[in-house]
Amino acid sequence: MGGRQSTKFPDGAPAGGAGDAVSDPVTESATGSDCLVRIRGLSFSRGAQVIFDQVDLDIRRGAVTAVMGPSGTGKTTLLKLISGQLRPDAGSIEVDGEPVETLGRSALYQLRRRMGMLFQSGALLTDLNVFDNVAYPLREHTKLNPAMVRKLVLLKLEAVGLRGARDLMPSALSGGMARRVALARAIALDPMMILYDEPFTGQDPISMGVLVTLIRQLNDASGLTSIVVSHDVCETASIADYIYVISNGQVMAQGTPAEIAAERSAWVRQFMDGLPDGPVHFQYPAPSLADDLLVRKVA
Amino acid sequence: MAKQHSIEVLVGAFMAAGFVALFFLAMQVSNLSASAASDGYRVTARFTNAGSIKARAPVSMAGVRVGRVEQVRLDQKTYEAVVTMRIDKGVNNIPVDTFANIFTAGLLGEQYVGLQPGGSQDSLRDGDEITQTQSALILEQLIGQFLFKKAEEGGK
Amino acid sequence: MANKARALMDGLLDPLARLGHSGLKALAGLGRAHLLLLGILGGTGELLRRPRLLLAQVFNVGVLSVLIVGVSGFFVGMVLGLQGYYVLSQFGAKESLGVMVAASLVRELGPVVTALLVAGRAGSALTAEIGLMKATEQLSGLEMMAVDPVRRILTPRFFGGLISMPLLAALFSAVGVLGGYFVGVGLLGVDDGAFFGQMQAKIDFREDVVNGVIKSLVFGVVVTWIALFQGYDATPTSEGVSRATTRAVVHSALAVLAIDFVLTALMFGK
Repeated sequence: MGGRQSTKFPDGAPAGGAGDAVSDPVTESATGSDCLVRIRGLSFSRGAQVIFDQVDLDIRRGAVTAVMGPSGTGKTTLLKLISGQLRPDAGSIEVDGEPVETLGRSALYQLRRRMGMLFQSGALLTDLNVFDNVAYPLREHTKLNPAMVRKLVLLKLEAVGLRGARDLMPSALSGGMARRVALARAIALDPMMILYDEPFTGQDPISMGVLVTLIRQLNDASGLTSIVVSHDVCETASIADYIYVISNGQVMAQGTPAEIAAERSAWVRQFMDGLPDGPVHFQYPAPSLADDLLVRKVA
Repeated sequence: MAKQHSIEVLVGAFMAAGFVALFFLAMQVSNLSASAASDGYRVTARFTNAGSIKARAPVSMAGVRVGRVEQVRLDQKTYEAVVTMRIDKGVNNIPVDTFANIFTAGLLGEQYVGLQPGGSQDSLRDGDEITQTQSALILEQLIGQFLFKKAEEGGK
Repeated sequence: MANKARALMDGLLDPLARLGHSGLKALAGLGRAHLLLLGILGGTGELLRRPRLLLAQVFNVGVLSVLIVGVSGFFVGMVLGLQGYYVLSQFGAKESLGVMVAASLVRELGPVVTALLVAGRAGSALTAEIGLMKATEQLSGLEMMAVDPVRRILTPRFFGGLISMPLLAALFSAVGVLGGYFVGVGLLGVDDGAFFGQMQAKIDFREDVVNGVIKSLVFGVVVTWIALFQGYDATPTSEGVSRATTRAVVHSALAVLAIDFVLTALMFGK
């Protein structure tokens, strides 16, 4: 099995008050309906590199769950596994009771209509303007008349504050605006869940603040379930109801922001506090400096 | 919308140009207009030597192309070449006693079947055979005969 | 001693292992390419319901290549006229110039050179476009919107190329014949009637023209397939995309020439 705490199960306690969950043993499916995404024994590797090794994760309905970890720990891979873009080597991934890893193509596509995903780059279609980008999923999947589509698109754009930018092309948008447009597109079909892939990376403080507020607001206003994958500790912790910290293919810690803040493990402390040296060494493994300097280059 | 429309017009123009080019290749460059595919009727002729005549070689009468050779095969009983020709539908009054030759266009040109009309009132029909034929002239044989004759003359 | 022997063995086996590795990699790539082709063809029905998507791609591949294909065709035809005239006039057979020009164009140069030009002009653009869409996560984005990127993005491009290629090749050949006519008849004084007369007598519609069209259809499949696969399979970085673009052009050119040899042997090598 995975790390020390990887078999724990977050119960249905409200945000910030799940104190006794830390010591709970595994209570499989005790709160089944409350749990939108249930991952059990997930293993995934790319070539020789093991990305996940027997990981268990639960995403509670209606909550903002954050998945944090250093770069390259497969956080984006986790989102792709949940959305069925990748298939796990072992283990099961259930989304709303449906086993994603075994779904056929059309069932998977049906399921994806109820999911939205916000990509790091926004992933807007570059040959369509903002309005058409947001309208795209509506036009693809519904038979609404143009007037209705227009109304819906303007409402979604209003929600992200970009109704005025509807005629711009994606190339004319700043990174933060592109992400907001992508967010409007992700909620166009009123999904049950939104996956955020590094929503805060490379944002200036203002757009960062806008995004943080938007994620929380959208989640609470429309009864969404949100999964935020990020390594921006403060911003993520400020909106998350529950946090998983993963590294080296295992869940290193989990709990409410308060619990994570109280976590004593040296590794978690180094990650959460951003210490330059600790269990993860500042130095890449190398022979001692003195040895290295004394060695003459052999011609 | 205007942009979409102009793309439509351009694609339409492109496809039209492509088809015009294909049509040009079919009608002007190749023989589609002349051959009219499988129209016409077949006649055969036997030659003791068909020379280098091949399928698709022209069949002409008085220098005008009236058909094409369809097939050349060997009759294994008589060791003759059987040449099947397809004559154009419009040329339907070739006399039955027509004479078929294998000629060469120019000294090095390709060979063709030349028809010299006879005087009969009856015309060739589909499946008929031309009985009067003259084989291809083989250059080596001609030269050989010529040398042989010269040698004979010299010997006298 | 034992170490030395082992080192020697490794030295001998290493190249073999590397060969095996690259062979397996090539096979795996071929497998992915075929799966992709299946996926592309799977979108045919969807495409028929939305012909508008196809229109834009015929524009991208076909219309935008007309100029380069037309100009190249005219020049190739003129060169054929010039070279053919010099060779044929030595045998006193300059009346056959039309045959030579038309046969070379319709059978070989039309389909092959057009395929090479399209690979360079449109194929590389397709690879870059798909590769960039992959690098900027647009393909994943579509997938997450429950839109199959293969069917929505790749299928129309594939058929756009398939439709455009024979039309472009016909255009190339036709313009080339006119170029040969311009040089042969217009400049070098070959008889007008003989030029077209001999041509019509010797060029067979089914044997030459139809076979040429079949060739260009095959090339259309090969060039767009390779371009789309390279883009779709590209490493999603700017370096990966640029490498994929180069690979697409090189692979298409080699594939076109090799397949042309096979097709020519099958069609004309009786």
